[in-house]
Amino acid sequence: MSSDIRFTDFKSDKQPTWCPGCGDFGTMNGMMKALAETGNDPDNTFVVAGIGCSGKIGTYMHSYALHGVHGRALPVGTGVKMARPDIEVMVAGGDGDGYSIGAGHFVHAVRRNVDMTYVVMDNRIYGLTKGQASPTSREDFETSTSPEGPKQPPVNPHALALASGATFIAQSFSSDALRHQEIIQEAIEHDGFGFVNVYSPCVTFNDVDTYDYFRDSLVDLKEADHDPTDREAAKDVILDNEKEHQGVIYKDESSVPYHEQHGVDEDMSVLPDGAPEGATDLVREFY
Amino acid sequence: MAADFNWAVGGEAGDGIDSTGKIFAQALSRAGRHVFTSKDFASRIRGGYTAYKVRTSVDKVQSVVDRLDVLIALTPRTIEENLDELHEGSVIIYDGERTTMQDVEIPEGMIGLDVPLKSLAEEAGGAIMRNVVALGAACEVAEFPIENLDSALEKRFKDKGQKLVDNNKEAARAGQSYVAEEYDHEFDYSLETTDEDYVLLNGDEAIGMGAIAAGCRFYAGYPITPATDVMTYLTGRIERYGGHVVQAEDELSAINMALGAARGGARAMTATSGPGIDLMTETFGLIATSETPLVICNVMRSGPSTGMPTKQEQGDLNQMLYGGHGEVPRFVLAPTTIDECFWKTVEAFNLAEKYQVPVYLTADLSMAVTEQTFSPDTFDMDEVEVDRGNVVDETTIDDHMSESGGFQPHEITDDGISPRAFPGTADGAHMSTGLEHDEQGRRTEDTDMRVAQVDKRNRKVETAREREDWSPREFGDADADDLVITWGSNEGALAEAVDILDEEGQDVRVLSVPYIFPRPDLSEDVAAAETTVVVECNEQGQFADLVEHDVLERVDRVNKYNGVRFKADELAAEIKSTLEAGVEA
Ligand SMILES: Cc1ncc(C[n+]2csc(CCOP(=O)(O)OP(=O)(O)O)c2C)c(N)n1
Ligand code: SF4
Repeated sequence: MSSDIRFTDFKSDKQPTWCPGCGDFGTMNGMMKALAETGNDPDNTFVVAGIGCSGKIGTYMHSYALHGVHGRALPVGTGVKMARPDIEVMVAGGDGDGYSIGAGHFVHAVRRNVDMTYVVMDNRIYGLTKGQASPTSREDFETSTSPEGPKQPPVNPHALALASGATFIAQSFSSDALRHQEIIQEAIEHDGFGFVNVYSPCVTFNDVDTYDYFRDSLVDLKEADHDPTDREAAKDVILDNEKEHQGVIYKDESSVPYHEQHGVDEDMSVLPDGAPEGATDLVREFY
Repeated sequence: MAADFNWAVGGEAGDGIDSTGKIFAQALSRAGRHVFTSKDFASRIRGGYTAYKVRTSVDKVQSVVDRLDVLIALTPRTIEENLDELHEGSVIIYDGERTTMQDVEIPEGMIGLDVPLKSLAEEAGGAIMRNVVALGAACEVAEFPIENLDSALEKRFKDKGQKLVDNNKEAARAGQSYVAEEYDHEFDYSLETTDEDYVLLNGDEAIGMGAIAAGCRFYAGYPITPATDVMTYLTGRIERYGGHVVQAEDELSAINMALGAARGGARAMTATSGPGIDLMTETFGLIATSETPLVICNVMRSGPSTGMPTKQEQGDLNQMLYGGHGEVPRFVLAPTTIDECFWKTVEAFNLAEKYQVPVYLTADLSMAVTEQTFSPDTFDMDEVEVDRGNVVDETTIDDHMSESGGFQPHEITDDGISPRAFPGTADGAHMSTGLEHDEQGRRTEDTDMRVAQVDKRNRKVETAREREDWSPREFGDADADDLVITWGSNEGALAEAVDILDEEGQDVRVLSVPYIFPRPDLSEDVAAAETTVVVECNEQGQFADLVEHDVLERVDRVNKYNGVRFKADELAAEIKSTLEAGVEA
């Protein structure tokens, strides 16, 4: 790892094909800056991406990366981290990827408290498949698959996370570049599962949850005197459906990540040329 | 072969059938006798008939037979279920004081030993030991030195304290002396002991042990019969060698975790059975396209859908060969014996990494839950080799850069094998994806690159065909006119069937094939044979279809799909009648 790493080192030479103005540009920039700022470089970083417009992020960044199948990025990240506790793992995907097809994995990755950062680019719509309702779409949001609105309450990912025993819950807004970067950075530095829901507007299919909407409605928890170590206060923020928040909502400072709890500290990629030392003991057990 | 002895304990699930059987099997193994076990079990935890059968001989045993010499019957149903296998002179040990056993009728010609198992156990320290009392009684009947049972009891209970060990030994002796004193009877059996040291293990355990030996460090799985034993084995053991087991939330997660660990550079594995393979199939395509080395173990059970989860079948061959959308190379290995489960697992890891492909390693229920004795040097750890294939490091990575300086994990090479860089390798950062990609791993829809990548991936198969030995195992009469081909766990029964056929004057040559893809070219063997019969536990003859496809000739088939494995005598008869029908036609 060299100390003169700049965030542009995390940029690949592929030009993003996101729509001009897509929130994902800002989300990605903040992630790259946060990675550089926390002392990482592309060769010690592994980015796992989901499927969706958001999932293309792995292609536009430069690092070790895997672009997985729809909804399964978190288990991949878990596997990477277990094999390589020495590697910085970041998982990114959309709200559909994470809270619909991948909702089960979300709950379990949270409760395992695997030491990685999970960035969900929440645009409250399915972008890549051209504008269907997503699990975070509003009840009355009209889309091609919900002409009168989904008529179901949106998923509250933070509540899901808190209920699952999350040790770090945050939200940011991709166009508030500085705050977004700051929050991602804090998630990276957290020992455990750092979950950040990022408002990352889709300018093509969502004309309700727009930049203007978020800019006008966001309450910054830093200015609201919120104590993120207070679980009760976090609960209030999370269950307050009237407001949109940004900032670190909850943080358990005594969090011990999964691999430490399970005593996993070795780089599993290093192997001897034959059976491991003491392997004969395995045969003896069958006497 | 020296006379073998067949024993079983049966009752309701929850009666401790499994541990009773296992203790006896271990006692025999520790006394230097060969053992082959089998289990009848239903898919319920309590209630439902279950039995543990042990066949033992001084010589190697590798199949089950339709014969029971001593049966410990904990329920009347145990006798009904095994009536076909009991014979004149068979001994049935039961507890006539047990309410359900009071009216039990011992069939004509058989010897019923009414032993108050529960009362004797209580005297020795607890009713729970009634099965051990029965084991003591069985030792007396079989003239088997009870000290061997002591040593198995010690192994089993030593962690729970000397008192428990002593009580159990006492319980065993109570059963032994009860039979000796109450029944002044000469039984037909006398189980010889030898000085040999054997190990006793089942297929799932052999796979787990092979995985650790091969350097597998990460395992993720979701419980499913009959693959769970692989995970159970690894849990608590793989950690001693620096590894870790995750019980995932489902099979989708399990295979994706294993994929992540493999991309991290670890040797990784998951194991499941049919329904789990279905769930893993989407990710399977990603693994193949991203050229990630991974071992996916499929311990087959009876399908389709939930089918008969506790019954035998070899019905997933087509699923493993063709499952998934699009076309991707994959290797399919199918060990044919329990000891081979160990060695083929080691081989699976090496092949996966040398060729950067997903490898299906398939066993079947019969092999997975069956225990067999082996000489410990069958699993000689010094023989294990680890070949990680083409992994680049800081010094060699420069040879694999694109013009613009990016590492090329999908470099188009003559042998189809590209370089691999583990995370942390300087300048190795790259993308892996299920999208069609260029040499650097970036998405492409370029028509030439698409063709080049498809061809490159497929070229690995040709390379592997040339570089590796895919031969089948051969036995029987090499010069026989008739050929029998099989795969999976049928080999043991077939080996004995060959002896039976030989006695009846019918010579056959047998090929047991542990490689489904790539697989040996059998065309010359089939061409040289008068009749070829393919033996397998499924209805459609999936392997027979492959053979026909390869050799462009019709073959005969012996198929069994009632959920029970082949038995040697039955198989001999089936083969004989198939061969005779072939001759008539
Ligand atoms: C198994 C499977 N089902 C469906 C799809 C099609 N699909 C691709 S992206 C996507 C939704 C993406 O939505 P989201 O996660 O919100 O990401 P966005 O595009 O909005 O960033 C769907 C349904 C797929 N690739 N795989
Ligand atoms: S469709 Fe929406 S989410 Fe997708 S790139 Fe365009 S703006 Fe972004």
